[in-house]
Amino acid sequence: MMLEVKDLHVTVEGNEILKGLTLTINAGEIHAIMGPNGAGKSTLSAVIAGNEGYEVTAGSITFEGQDVLDMEVEERALAGMLLGFQYPVEIPGVKNIYLLKAALNAQRAARGEAEIPAPEFMKLIKQKIAEMKMDPSFLQRSVNEGFSGGEKKRNEILQMLVLQPKLAMLDEIDSGLDIDAMKVVADGVNSLRAEDRAILLVTHYQRLLDYIVPDRVHVLVDGRIAKSGDAELARELESRGYDWVLEETAA
Amino acid sequence: MATQEMEQLVRRDYKEGFVTDIESDTVPPGLDESVIAFISNKKGEPEWMLEWRLKAYQQWLKMTPPSWAHLDYPPIDYQAISYYSAPKRDEDRPQSLDEVDPKLLETYEKLGIPLHERAALAGVAVDAVFDSVSVTTTFKEKLHEAGVIFCAISEAIRDYPELVKQYLGSVVPQGDNYFAALNSAVFTDGSFVFVPEGVTCPMELSTYFRINAANTGQFERTLIICESRAQVSYLEGCTAPMRDENQLHAAVVELVALEDAYIKYSTVQNWYPGDENGKGGIYNFVTKRGDCRGDRSRISWTQVETGSAITWKYPSCVLRGRNSIGEFYSVAVTNGRQQADTGTKMIHIGEGTRSSIISKGISAGRSNQSYRGLVKIGPRAKGARNFTQCDSLLIGDQCGAHTFPYQEIGNSTATVEHEATTSKIGEDQLFYCKSRGISEEDAVSMIVNGFCKDVFQELPMEFAVEAEALLSVTLEGSVG
Repeated sequence: MMLEVKDLHVTVEGNEILKGLTLTINAGEIHAIMGPNGAGKSTLSAVIAGNEGYEVTAGSITFEGQDVLDMEVEERALAGMLLGFQYPVEIPGVKNIYLLKAALNAQRAARGEAEIPAPEFMKLIKQKIAEMKMDPSFLQRSVNEGFSGGEKKRNEILQMLVLQPKLAMLDEIDSGLDIDAMKVVADGVNSLRAEDRAILLVTHYQRLLDYIVPDRVHVLVDGRIAKSGDAELARELESRGYDWVLEETAA
Repeated sequence: MATQEMEQLVRRDYKEGFVTDIESDTVPPGLDESVIAFISNKKGEPEWMLEWRLKAYQQWLKMTPPSWAHLDYPPIDYQAISYYSAPKRDEDRPQSLDEVDPKLLETYEKLGIPLHERAALAGVAVDAVFDSVSVTTTFKEKLHEAGVIFCAISEAIRDYPELVKQYLGSVVPQGDNYFAALNSAVFTDGSFVFVPEGVTCPMELSTYFRINAANTGQFERTLIICESRAQVSYLEGCTAPMRDENQLHAAVVELVALEDAYIKYSTVQNWYPGDENGKGGIYNFVTKRGDCRGDRSRISWTQVETGSAITWKYPSCVLRGRNSIGEFYSVAVTNGRQQADTGTKMIHIGEGTRSSIISKGISAGRSNQSYRGLVKIGPRAKGARNFTQCDSLLIGDQCGAHTFPYQEIGNSTATVEHEATTSKIGEDQLFYCKSRGISEEDAVSMIVNGFCKDVFQELPMEFAVEAEALLSVTLEGSVG
């Protein structure tokens, strides 16, 4: 297995958000975490990525046998865990292409490789940016500055395509996207699908899962996984809402 | 002029060859008229120059050090400073890089300073390092062909007395302020540049070429003159930390731009900031002023300030000529216990004059930084325009940033805009970069460099690259 989350308890500013979450993800699988607002969906990916605002009070996270909670944020990224943000932050004055190159070179350095030669990098980036149907001018713009919601999301996927993580975590990558933008993003995610890669999607709406069909769907209710199933479960949630799961859990 | 230069070089060797008593080349601490006469004599100056110095000294005696700056330092004992010491002779310098402090070398490495420059900066005997004579000579010949004069100020006083008499003190008078008066009395080093009418200086001039053998002056005096339609780009300083035993530095820089002339003056300052308690760092009290004397002339100051324990510096423009332009682009970084009070003055006198100010201040550690800027629009400056943007970035929560903008508008047709922001380096920005595998230090340097982009793009290319590296080195260990 690639990722194993065991009995994870997480508090944010004194409130317990995750209350014993357990989840296993294997290489080659796409998992979707769904659930009502406030259930703690985004918390899971944020904790795996290492966001400091979250305190893990119990439980464990293991990635390819390594104790994730023991690793620095950048070590987690270099190990192959990458988070696509729901609200990517703007960094004025820092060119998008510069961030991409720095991130790629950090990865290469961690593997003991030399920096990527400029022509090779340009070739790679041109190909990826075309896949995301983004204008090359994006590369010269400051990171996320003045990007529309859709542009920011595409940019997150672009980073995934360049950095090729082992575990791609996408936090509400569909929020704020119109249908065309969502298709582009979904195509990008689908192109990431690979036998040696796992994808963790966090989403509130089923519609994304029409384009990216998951292997497993988990419903997160009150800090725990209340129900798991296959893609069919997502469709059931779409037609019946979350209430029946809540009732089942309460019963 | 090539012959003259040759003679200079020969004379230098001659002089050094015959100096045996080092003691006699250094005056004991203290300042009075006899010390000034000694300096003037050492420099082989004409009588009028000595009189000029003495007049400055008389004015200085009646003045008091400025106390309005947001700086905190113990009173300086001006009688405890020695005002003249000859440059170190080659035998007294390190003979190779092996004899230089490894920590210094490490910094050069990080900054990517070319090997031969490292040696010169570390004060290694120049002849032991590279063929400075041939470098300098090629350089001088090229300038000579173009008719550009570029030499030490003391040479200019001897060789071009009429030009010096006409322009020295015409922008920063002897009694301008406490430190300028002191400088006028005792200056011993500095550059002189004269670009004649219609000439664009064929290369960027840099102090690095000029000082090759001499050490940096404690009281530098620089005078740059561009005649009508002349242009020059001048680079002062270096990103590498300079070896320097003098604690007090009080330089004066005067720029004169006649009709349609353009002077671009770029500084990178990285003097010793002192240890972690702020002890031993350089005090840098500088007066820099440009006079846009001619119509449509333009003077542009770009500075990257990262060193010194205390910085007191306000490169300014006096916009006298009609439609003349003044510019000030500044990045100031303070870390540890550094203090900086820096900014600019734009004095609009002529009609249709324009100025822009972009100031980026970065404070880290327990440092304190102030931006102090004056925009003054005179009654005759019809249609004058100023734009000021002043941004501060704080790293950590023990540092301070302050903004003191002053505006004196004496004309209703003027347009003055001021924008100011203060931000903390965002945890979310850091997290974003780190979650892409970028180390914290690289992330900080990336974010800070992004913040400074508007100013860095004003720097000459190589300077800009070095400045970026310098910022990362300066801010090392400032987070976490």
